[in-house]
Amino acid sequence: MTSTPVIQTRDLTKSYGSAAAVRGLNLSVEPNCITAFLGQNGAGKSTTIKMLLGLVRPSSGEGTVLGMRITDAEENREMRRKVAYVAENKPLYGYMTVEQTIRFVSSFYTDWRADIASKLLNEYKLPPQRKVKSLSKGMRTKLALLLALARRPELLILDEPSEGLDPVGIEHLLQMLVALAADGVTIFFSSHQIAEVERVADHICILDNGRLLVNASLDELRQSYRRIDLVFPVPPPEREFQIVGVERIESKGHEMRVFASKNAEAVVERAHNLNAVSVEVAPVALREIFLETVKEN
Amino acid sequence: MFFKLTTTTGQPLYLQLMQQIRHAAETGALQDGDQLPGIRTLAEELVVSPNTVAKAYSELEHDGLLELRQGSGAFVCVKRRTRSLADHVQVARRRLRDLVERLREDGLLDEEIRRAFEAELLYPAETVRKQ
Repeated sequence: MTSTPVIQTRDLTKSYGSAAAVRGLNLSVEPNCITAFLGQNGAGKSTTIKMLLGLVRPSSGEGTVLGMRITDAEENREMRRKVAYVAENKPLYGYMTVEQTIRFVSSFYTDWRADIASKLLNEYKLPPQRKVKSLSKGMRTKLALLLALARRPELLILDEPSEGLDPVGIEHLLQMLVALAADGVTIFFSSHQIAEVERVADHICILDNGRLLVNASLDELRQSYRRIDLVFPVPPPEREFQIVGVERIESKGHEMRVFASKNAEAVVERAHNLNAVSVEVAPVALREIFLETVKEN
Repeated sequence: MFFKLTTTTGQPLYLQLMQQIRHAAETGALQDGDQLPGIRTLAEELVVSPNTVAKAYSELEHDGLLELRQGSGAFVCVKRRTRSLADHVQVARRRLRDLVERLREDGLLDEEIRRAFEAELLYPAETVRKQ
């Protein structure tokens, strides 16, 4: 089944002076999925998101969101009516109350859904009369989400939504994302919290140093990524294991450890042929895959 | 029923879900005609992507273990095949017990046996399926 990607970029690049923040990004995000955009601080996640939204102009390359070109002002305006964005720092006016904020933001959108806004206000237990500046981080996040969701977006983009939330707040946030996905909203969110991503994401993109290193379904990653620990009476040279899919090899005396992103069976077969006395194959958690990928780069 | 999904095994979540439902049907924890929660409800409860639940349900429907009715959810259908599967599991258990016993007699430690099992399970799964 092929469906048109909701986000697609080709060689998208952003440089600030001589420093490249995003380098030749070829991103493709499927509809009706939860896609997590992983990377260390400063990897280029926020810059990418801002380029997608038309808030930052790419130095080169191109991209579309919901089929509309990100660098075309007209199409960009149209796109932003269908896409909701929750920014990392959740910029809200501190002097307004929750209720005033909702009324203020709703005035910008003709298709504002007051019913959804009041339902979420109840569900999130937000105090309507409280000033925004006195809200906790968790409440600010909920308010920012409410403002985004009352527009019934086709695509929801969140930049580090769980930043600063406590475990209960994170759990609640993830539940909300899952419920939205069940309603057919495509979700694209950046994070460096592996644990939260591991459960809810369908698809993983790993960005490091401005480059996209991994772009795969989480099921695929889980099924194909393996760590193979080998013991040899006489260790063979490492190059014997340099085959397709092998990402890294470590040796320590009689022991050898091979990380394979695919093709683990071939590694095992080769190990048997080279008279390994012990062969252990273990799955690799997303945390390790992430650390390995970032280390490699 | 209670589900327990873990992110530390190399197994996709939808497969874990499928196996737990199948296991529950084999042991009788789920009976013919029992209703499972809807995709949305279960996804929210487990805090996993709705696609994970949808995939598990549709694969189980394909296997004939679930019947998905538009708008009213998923129903378990335990046919004779599933029961005979339960018998197979019983037989397999007995054979495994014998094998483990023999390996222990050969002087292998439980930990070594477990590792050997896990290694075997992880690597040739696809070749077995092809046969």
